[in-house]
Amino acid sequence: MGAIADWLGGACLLAGALLSLAAGIGVLRFPDVLDRMHAATKPQVLGVLLLLLGLALRLRTPSDLGMIVLVAVFQLATAPVAAQMIGRAAYRSGRVDRDLLDTDELAGR
Amino acid sequence: MTDDLPADRPVRDDGPRVPAGRPAAAGDGLPQPAVGRGGRRRDQAVALGWLVAVWILLWGGLSWANLLGGLVVGTAVLLFFPLPPVTFGGRLRPGALLTLAVTFVGELVSASVHVAAVAVRPGCRPRGAIIAVPLRVRTDLNLALTAEVISLVPGTLIVEVDRDQGVLYVHVLDVRGPEDLTSSRKRILAVERRIVRAVGSPDEIRRLRTEPVDRRSPS
Repeated sequence: MGAIADWLGGACLLAGALLSLAAGIGVLRFPDVLDRMHAATKPQVLGVLLLLLGLALRLRTPSDLGMIVLVAVFQLATAPVAAQMIGRAAYRSGRVDRDLLDTDELAGR
Repeated sequence: MTDDLPADRPVRDDGPRVPAGRPAAAGDGLPQPAVGRGGRRRDQAVALGWLVAVWILLWGGLSWANLLGGLVVGTAVLLFFPLPPVTFGGRLRPGALLTLAVTFVGELVSASVHVAAVAVRPGCRPRGAIIAVPLRVRTDLNLALTAEVISLVPGTLIVEVDRDQGVLYVHVLDVRGPEDLTSSRKRILAVERRIVRAVGSPDEIRRLRTEPVDRRSPS
């Protein structure tokens, strides 16, 4: 039982690390602030969640589990808000490359 | 950009609120539940309960000192950082909540894989687009929940929120043609539908059916 949880936890840690790496590459390579925010929300959040799940499977003590759940909830709640604030600030201050946008229904609003 | 977008208007803390840009008589059919003194007190008590729970989890154990400390800190937070009232007018439906949670996890995984794949695809400059998506249920709670969820599901990210009109401005990643925009729009409205089915009031669910899906931005 413990061995299975350890293996599963290890797999989760590895997958989470890979996703975080992909998020980092995305932030580095994407041409624009808004694209970068995509990388900073989705793979990053899932990466952190998988790392936390891996940790929970390895630690298995109630007080650690409470803390892990708390971190996961706050990560889910705050990452989109942070990305939106940065995206909005970038858009309003004109730091968005309009050549990369196919349509822009926010223009002129 | 203009600095006087409605989303930035300071929110006054005065109970039931009808935003200025929304005529109440225009067949809205969506009165915010009347929040009296008692309703406000109840909301604050619920918020205090959550804050105490978070405090106890942060300290990692239940004791009298943690409980009292949590009550003191929670009260201070509620007093010094008051939030605009978001009253929960619907009811929780376990089945629909489960659907929402399962779809959310599935979409989060596929979104992460998608963005990760775009990130490591060699020689690719992804094209994007910003689209306006008017929501059908314009309560603050629905607006906030939908905005949170669609930032984490495939291809979409919130750039701007027009709170009075209930319009979300969404950035779409990796656009290859107009059909990608249509499918993103559909996906966002599907997210809204799942959220309203999970936590909305019967009245809001009825609006999902009656409002035409392709209502465009009034601008």
